[in-house]
Amino acid sequence: MPDVLTRNNVVVAGPPGARPIVFAHGFGCDQHMWRLVAPAFEDRYRTVVFDYVGAGASDVSAYDPERYGSLRGYARDVLEIAEALDLRDAVFVGHSVSAMVGVLAAAADRSRLGALVLIGPSPRYIDDDGYVGGFAQADIEGLLASLDSNYLGWSSAMAPVIMGNPDRPELGAELTASFCRTDPEIQRRFARVTFLSDNRDDLATVELPTLVLQCTDDVIAPDAVGEYVHERIPGSRFVKLRAVGHCPNLSAPEETVAAIKAFLGER
Amino acid sequence: MTTTPPDAAFYEALVVDDATELYEHAPCAYLSTLPDGTIVKANATFSAWTGFDRAEVVGCRRFQDLLAPGDRIFFETHYAPLLRLQGHVREIAVELVGRDGARLPVLVNAVVRAGEGGAPPLVRAVLFDATERRAYERELLEARRKAEESERRALTLARTLQESFLPPAVLDVPGLDVAGAFRPAGDGSEVGGDFYDVFDTGRGTTAVVLGDVCGKGAGAAVLTSLARATVRAEALRTPSPGAVLQGVHEAMVRFHPDRFLTAVLLSVRSTSTGVRLTAAVGGHDLPLRMSAGGHVDTIGTPGTILGMIERARLTDTTVALAPGDVVVLVTDGVTEARRGRELFGFDGLAATVRAYRGCSAQELADAIITAALEVQDGQARDDMAVVVVRVPS
Repeated sequence: MPDVLTRNNVVVAGPPGARPIVFAHGFGCDQHMWRLVAPAFEDRYRTVVFDYVGAGASDVSAYDPERYGSLRGYARDVLEIAEALDLRDAVFVGHSVSAMVGVLAAAADRSRLGALVLIGPSPRYIDDDGYVGGFAQADIEGLLASLDSNYLGWSSAMAPVIMGNPDRPELGAELTASFCRTDPEIQRRFARVTFLSDNRDDLATVELPTLVLQCTDDVIAPDAVGEYVHERIPGSRFVKLRAVGHCPNLSAPEETVAAIKAFLGER
Repeated sequence: MTTTPPDAAFYEALVVDDATELYEHAPCAYLSTLPDGTIVKANATFSAWTGFDRAEVVGCRRFQDLLAPGDRIFFETHYAPLLRLQGHVREIAVELVGRDGARLPVLVNAVVRAGEGGAPPLVRAVLFDATERRAYERELLEARRKAEESERRALTLARTLQESFLPPAVLDVPGLDVAGAFRPAGDGSEVGGDFYDVFDTGRGTTAVVLGDVCGKGAGAAVLTSLARATVRAEALRTPSPGAVLQGVHEAMVRFHPDRFLTAVLLSVRSTSTGVRLTAAVGGHDLPLRMSAGGHVDTIGTPGTILGMIERARLTDTTVALAPGDVVVLVTDGVTEARRGRELFGFDGLAATVRAYRGCSAQELADAIITAALEVQDGQARDDMAVVVVRVPS
C-alpha cells in the first residue's frame, strides 16, 4: 500500500482530536481552491485538504486509468485518506464534481463521514429526457477541444515559477505555475468522468445531514440542478449563495465559510 | 546612416494616434470586467469582431456568456480560479461566439487590477485573433494523436513479435522440469534479439535452444525468425547439436553475411536409467550447471560466433545429469547487468542459482530475472532471457 498521505498530498491542520473537516477540490485545479476557506476552520476543526491522484502535487505515477475511470475511484481516494488519518464523523465539503464524490464515498463506507456540504453539485451535467443538466453532449466535446487548445499553450516543458502577488498579499508567494496544470491525458480523462457521469440515482442513498450550497448564475451547476439535488437528498438543507459563478470558495470565501458554519451549528 | 527630419505625416500620426484612438482601434480586443465576468468596458475592435454593439454587452453580459459552452466550463474551472488566485492568466485559448453565431478563436491574457479605496477589483483582458494559429495547432494535435497511435501500434507489434519468439513460460517435458523467463529492455517498445525455444525432436530427445541475435528492431526480428526456424528444421535432420548450429551458421553466412548471433543448443534425453545432455555452444556463455549438492560448474566447449567467420568451430559435449542437477542458460543481458562497477556476472548468476536450490525451474528462472533487474535498479538495459532445465530429484 503506497503512502496515501503522500500520494494525495494531504495537508492537515487544526487541533488533533477536533472534529475533522475534509475539503475536496473539483475538476480543474487542486487543494489551493480552499486556501481562503479551510483556514477559517482551523481553530475548531481538524482540517484536511488534499489533491486527487492526477491533480496538483499528487503522485501522478499512481494514476490508474481504470480506477479513475469512474467517480468511485475518486471516492476511494477520499476513503483511503479518511482511513489513513483514522477520521470519524468527518464533515466532507465537496466542490463541484467532488460533491458527487462525497455522495459516493458516504454510501461506500458509512463509518467515516458524518455530514456532507455540497458546493455547486450536479449529479448529471448533460440534459436528458426532461432533466436539465445545462449541457449537451456536444458541449462536453467542446470542453475536451478547449482543454486540448489550452495544453498547447501550457507546455509541459515550462518550468514552474514562483509567483508573488503584490496586490493580494493574503495569497502569499508559494503558489506556483503548477496550479491548474495537469497532465493533459489525465485532465481529459477526468473531464470525461466528471461531465459524462450520471449520479442521479445515488442521491437517494445519502443518509447524512447534508447542506447544498447553490451559487447565483452558476453556468456549470444552474439553480434547477442544485434544487434537484436538494429534493432528492432526504432532509437536506438548501442555501442559495449571493456569490456569482461556480467557485464561491474563491469569489466569496466569507459567505461560504459562514454558510458552512451555520449548518454545523456554529456562529 | 543619415537622419532625415520627421515629415508632416509623422506629426499627423503622432497627433491622431492618441490613447483613446489606440484603445478603440488597437489590433486586439480590450475587455474590462468585474471579477464575476460582467463586462464593464469593451473597445471598438471587440465590437467589430463580435458584431455586438457596446450597449449590448456593457453591464448586461458576462465575458463567459460570449464563449462556446465547452469553453464556458473551461472558463469557470480554470480561467476564473487562476485569476482569483494568481491575479493573472496568460494565453488562454477560447472561442468567442459572435452575434451571428460565428466563432472566433482568440488567445486571452488578463490581469486583475486591485480596486482602490474599497472599489471592487477590475479584470483587464486583451484578446488576440488566433484563427490561423488555432487551425495550425489543430493540425499539430491531429499529428500528435496519429504519432501516439502509431507508437501504440508499434509497441503492440513489437510485443507480439517478441512473444512469438518465446514459447509459453512453463514447458511440458516428460521427466524434466523446464521453464523460461524473459524481460525486454526498457519499455519493450523495440523487438530485441533474444529468443529461446524448447521442442520435441521426435527422436526421444528434447531440444532446448537459447540465442541472442545482434541488434534490435525489425532487422533483428527477421534474423531471430530465421535462426529459430533453422534450428527446428536442422534438429529434425541431425541429432548433433553442433551440426544443428552449423546449419544455422551456414544459413547466416549465406543469407545475412553481415549479421551474426550467439546460441546454445542442448539435446536432452531422459530415460529410466538417467538423463544425458549434449550441448553445443556458438559464441555464447557456457551453460551453468549446479548439482544437488550445490557444486557449480559449466558444461560444454566454447565455439565460434555463428555467422561471423567463414568456418565455424562447434563441438558436441555430452554429460550425464544426476537427480537435482540444474542447467541454466542466460543471455548477456543477465550476466552483463550492472550498477556502476558492480557487475551481476557469472558469480551473481551462480549465487542466485545456489540461493534457489531445491526450487522449481520456473521459480529459479524468475528469480534470476529479478536479481539481474535489482542490480540495474529495476531498469533492464538489455533484453534478458533465461531457460532453466532441472532434473527432478
